[in-house]
Parts: sequence; C-alpha cells; structure tokens
Amino acid sequence: MFHVHYFRDSGKLLNLPVTFLNTDYEYLKENSVNEIVLYAVISLGLIGVFAAVVLYIVAQKFKVIEDPKIDEVTDLLPGANCGGCGFAGCRNFAEAIVKADSLENLSCPVGGASVMTQIGPVIGVEAIIGEPKIAVVRCNGSRAKAAPKTQYEGAKSCQFVHNLFSGESGCPHGCLGLGDCAFSCKFDAIYIDEITGLPVVSNEKCVACGACVKACPRSIIELRYKGKKDRRIFVSCVNKEKGVLSKKNCEVACIGCGKCVKTCPYEAITLENNLAYINDEKCKLCRKCVEVCPTSAIVELNFPPRKEKAEASTEAIEA
Amino acid sequence: MKTFKLGGVHPEENKISANKVIEVLPLPKQACVPVTQHLGAPSTIVVEKGATVKVGQLLAKSEGFIGANTHSPFSGKVSKIDTIIDTSGYRRPAVFIDVEDDEWDESIDRSSDIRYEINLSRLEIIDRIKTMGIVGLGGATFPSHVKLMVPEGKKAMVLIINGVECEPYLTSDHRLMLERGEEMMIGVSILMKALEVNKAIIGIENNKPDAINHLKSLCSKFNGIEICPLKVKYPQGAEKQLIKAAVNREVPSGKLPIEVGCVVNNAGTAFAVYEAVQKNKPLIERVITVTGKSVKKSCNLMARIGTSVSELIDFAGGLPEDTGKVISGGPMMGKALNVLDIPVMKGTSGILIMTQKESKRVVVQNCIRCGKCITVCPMGLEPYKLAQLSEIENYEMSESEKVLDCIECGSCQFTCPAGRPLLDYVRLGKYEVGQIIRNRTKK
Repeated sequence: MFHVHYFRDSGKLLNLPVTFLNTDYEYLKENSVNEIVLYAVISLGLIGVFAAVVLYIVAQKFKVIEDPKIDEVTDLLPGANCGGCGFAGCRNFAEAIVKADSLENLSCPVGGASVMTQIGPVIGVEAIIGEPKIAVVRCNGSRAKAAPKTQYEGAKSCQFVHNLFSGESGCPHGCLGLGDCAFSCKFDAIYIDEITGLPVVSNEKCVACGACVKACPRSIIELRYKGKKDRRIFVSCVNKEKGVLSKKNCEVACIGCGKCVKTCPYEAITLENNLAYINDEKCKLCRKCVEVCPTSAIVELNFPPRKEKAEASTEAIEA
Repeated sequence: MKTFKLGGVHPEENKISANKVIEVLPLPKQACVPVTQHLGAPSTIVVEKGATVKVGQLLAKSEGFIGANTHSPFSGKVSKIDTIIDTSGYRRPAVFIDVEDDEWDESIDRSSDIRYEINLSRLEIIDRIKTMGIVGLGGATFPSHVKLMVPEGKKAMVLIINGVECEPYLTSDHRLMLERGEEMMIGVSILMKALEVNKAIIGIENNKPDAINHLKSLCSKFNGIEICPLKVKYPQGAEKQLIKAAVNREVPSGKLPIEVGCVVNNAGTAFAVYEAVQKNKPLIERVITVTGKSVKKSCNLMARIGTSVSELIDFAGGLPEDTGKVISGGPMMGKALNVLDIPVMKGTSGILIMTQKESKRVVVQNCIRCGKCITVCPMGLEPYKLAQLSEIENYEMSESEKVLDCIECGSCQFTCPAGRPLLDYVRLGKYEVGQIIRNRTKK
C-alpha cells in the first residue's frame, strides 16, 4: 500500500494528496515547493525565449514573399477545386490570375461572370466576360436509333470498352453509354438516360468545367456557347466514316452529304472527313440546316415548336 | 512432374477436337487480307487495285524494326484496297482479293519431302524469317525476328518451345506437333542456330501423351532438343510461367525472358520457321481449331490467312442455333466477335462457339475479400485491389502495385465467386498506367 502524505508547509495551491513512489521525499521536505516552481518557471521561460529567437531568425531567413492578393482572390473563388479553369485547383488559379497582366483566357467556369467581375478590381484590371458555355453531347445514337448488335456485360467503363471494341451498336465513334462522363462530373450535371442510353446534360447545373470532355474517350462531348434562351443547334454526330458505313450502324448519323453546308447563309458549317461541324461563333440559329438534313443528324435544342408550314416542308423532304 | 508454383487454375479442358486430323480448308472465292496483323508499326501496302497476285507475293511491307511483312495467301486479282472490321470492330486497312486458281510463286518449294540440312548462316536465317513475315503464332503476333536478335550484352542460353496449349478447347498446336512433328523439330534446330544455343526444351502438358511420345521418339535424330512434360495448369503457356516451369527461372518484373537467358517461341512458330527457311514459304496459312460443345463437326483446319471466319464455321457444320458467343482464340483469353465476316489473321489460333447458356455471365456482386483472386494470380498480384484502384481512378497507386506485370490470363475473373469483372478493370488500369508512363517519358 502507498502512504499518503500531506505537505504541512505547502501553499493553498498544492494542498492536495500526492502519491510518492520513488521521489526523494527528504529533498522535497527540505526545499519549499515555491522555490521549485520558481526554478521551473525561470528555466522554461529562458528556453521559450531562446526558441522564439531561433524561430524568428529562421522565419526571417526562409521567408516566402507572397502577394496578399492571392489570398483575396482565393477567397472570392468558389473553392470547388474542380480544375475546370485548367489549373490544379482554386489557389493555383488565383496565383495565375495575380501573376497575369490581364484576365484574357483566364476564367472560372464555375463562378462565371459574377466572380470574374469581382476579381477584376482586386488585381486592378478589367474582367473580360466571355459568353457562358455548356457541355453538349454530340451523339444521338440512342438504343432505338442505333440498335445494339452485340451485348456487352463487362466492366462499366467507357475507356475500357473503347479500347476493347467498337461498341454494342457497331459505331466506332458513337456514345458507349457507360457513364464515364457522369462519373467525372463534380456538379451532378450529367447523367445517363436509362431508356436512350445517352448522357443528358442539365442546363442549370452544368458549369462548363470540361471534366466530361476530358473523360469521354471518344471526344463526343464539346463545350459550346449556351446561346440565347439556351437555344442551340449542333451536329449530333462525330462519325468520320463514309456515309454508307455510318448509316449501317445508326439511323441518325451524319453521312457527310454537305446539304447543310450549302444551305447555311452564314458559312458557319464546314465539312471535313465526312462530318459536318457547326461553328457556334458564326451560327445565328436560323434553323435552316436542321430542315435540310436528310438523317436528322442536326439537332436543335429548346426552340419553340415550328409553325405548321415549316413542318409540312420537312415532311416533303422526308417523302 | 514440373509446373510453375504461384497461382494458376484448372478450367475444364474440353479438348473436343484433339483426335481430328488437320484438314485443308477449300479456297474461298473472295478473301480479304488485313495488312497489319502483328504487334508494332503498321505496314504499307505495295500492291495496287486491279493487280494480279500470286500466292506468296508481297502485299504489304513492314515499316521499322518491329514489324512484319504480309504476303498474299491467294492468287487472283486485287479487287479493292479498303478497310475491314477486325476482331475489335474497328476498321483496319486491308487488301481484297478475288481468288482465281491457285498459282504459287516459283520460288516456293511445294514438294512434300522434308529437308533436313540447314544451309543458311545465322544472319541469313534471321533475315529470311523477317522477309517471310513470321510472327509469334501463339496469339500475341510479336514479330519473330525481333526475338532472335539478342540485344548486346545479353546471351541466350536456352530456347524454350511452347507446346503447352493450356487454353481449353484449342488443339491446333497439339495436332501440328503430332502430324508435322519432324518439320517442327527442324524448325526448332533452325531457331537454335539463329540464337546460337545448343539446348532447346519443348514444354508440353501431359494431357497430350501422344504428342509427347511422338516427339520423344524423334528426339534422338536431333541434337540438344529435350521434351519436358508438364503438369496441366492454366496459364502454363504464358511465357514467364513456362520459363518457371521448364527451367525454374523467374523473369524479373518489367524485363524480357532474355534477362534470364531464355527465348520462348511457339510450336506453331517453329513450324512456320521451318517452312520459311527450308521451303521459302511465307506465313500464309495456319492451323485453326474450330470447336465448341454445340458444333456439329469440330475440326482442325489448315486455313489460308484472309479466309472469312464464317467460311470456317460453315465447314464445321454451320453456326448452331443457340449460339451465344463466337470467340476468336481460347475461352480464357480469346475475344468475342461482333461480326462473323472478319478474316482469319496470323494470330487466330481457334474459333470457339459457345452456347447461350455457357456464355451467360453471372450477376456481379460485391467483393467479399475472400482472396481467391490473389491465390490464383500467377504473377503474384492482388487483382481485387487493382480492379478497385481502376474503379476509383487511382492510377498512380495501380502503378506502384505493379499493374503492368499482369499477363491478362483471366484466372482472377475465372475464379471470382462474386463474378466481378476483375480483368476488365485491370486491363483499364494497364492502359491508363501505360498512358501515364508515356506522358512522363515525353516530358
């Protein structure tokens, strides 16, 4: 059993039961506790001062001079670290902004124009506000229109299937529908429609960070201008094969006939490698190309329904 | 009896066509010869549309060191130069030939007598193998002359001939060893001369006792060739596993067999080398097993390269009604075809037809960490972990877990009780890690 002692001459502070095992009891008895505390405070204080001096000298020696603006800009950025701007993260992007002379080619796709206009005054330059963009899926080969010829049951990864074979429909350029794009999206803005097997982009949620563009092994997804009232016209096909071959696999493939190129009054459409492409900077959304496309490969989004006259003319072409 | 130590599985053997004599497939009316049938740089086409070609005439010339020539397996007219869908479903350049007669190039010796003396020197042999477009016939189609050019500072000590044929169903190498054993042995002697080695080991699994006995009886005629019967275990036919089984040496991670003084060639390749060197015949035909449980007439066919797969199936009694899958190659490593109008290539070792019931995959369930995939992996990897790393796209860690050592034998997926597509994800990891390494070396 341990013996419990009490200090008779101790102050109020140490009026506690103390257990001594191997401590020199005699020494403690002879020296007052106040004295021990005094020594401890002085020695520890000296060590503290010494350490502080060393730390101060080291800190001065290895000081990193950083622009305080970087912190300010970082605070303004959304902090999603999505990498949509092309930099490793928000802070990395802020460093680039502060270093740069102008805000050209620097834009946060998540925060958009509002954030960039706030950042402008901080670094003392005018913000250049680009038109907002959105991810567009350029494949319309749904299960109904590009009927699957084979059945794939392996790993759910577009990249793997792309390396393995041409896909269930046989189209070597078409969407595989296994959702690498949906997996890459940090904003929950893209999902695979279960009936069509094609990705669907949400108008509201998409911030055009470009993650899905990088994730798609077949480069089907493209960032295009959002357009007035979200109205967009694009060639919903990336098949570069000859018309006969692409038509075998998919009803709505671009066959490279060139009708749209001739029709377009603004020279916005180009034809390369059997594939038409609409330049969204030149396109005025007149919808003439949509009418003439024999395979309905050109898709219009969010337009009001056509008048009856126009419908009759498309029917005539189909007939 | 010898075998490799680590991992391995025992799938049902199903060697249905093992007793069927090699038959010569009748010539088709039309044929399509893909010009790049090997690993490495693509070849360039040297014939034009409308040209008449003879059997054995050069169609496409190899570009670069790792490449192989392609010769015409038919005589007739080049109808067009276009693209054709290959086993992957992607289009590849090919030469279409309208077959007329069977006129051979004069330089090819078509007599049936066996030529024993090897007159050519070492370099001449390698050059002949290169011009004749010989590639590894085990399936990987790696150009053979590259293997024979031993890099400086390395020394080949032993040549290993792969007559294992560990894939279930396939019997093409088995029949070849049995029927053309003598020619094959001369081919082995030629390869030994090219490599300047005086020892060759032919590894054969002991489910082919007739082939083992036949080759053993021939051994006395040839110097330095030894037959090594091996215990049946998949994937013994893989290069590194065969070296371990036959000579008990381990190839280090990321290195070639020459590192341990071995060169491995397939039995079919040895036969093709004999024909190229002794008979001046390019690689224009090969033995293909057409088999399956539902196939009416399983057979081993000597088919010209460029023949359509559908003709092979017609010869074997047509496509059965309940077909679920047609696989090019064996059931473990072969590739399912999405169209049947694809040509036979240098690497096509078999056509396997599976019924709907057989080809159905089990429902994928969650990994229960049973560790079966680890016990069967012949490379000592952790497939469940590699698959998971690919799923979460952590390829840096895949690299440090040695994903590139995977030989894609499929043992892990075969044994997984949860039916997880492990190999699919490991392959994805291999591709992505390869991409990362390529980018790194570029910088």
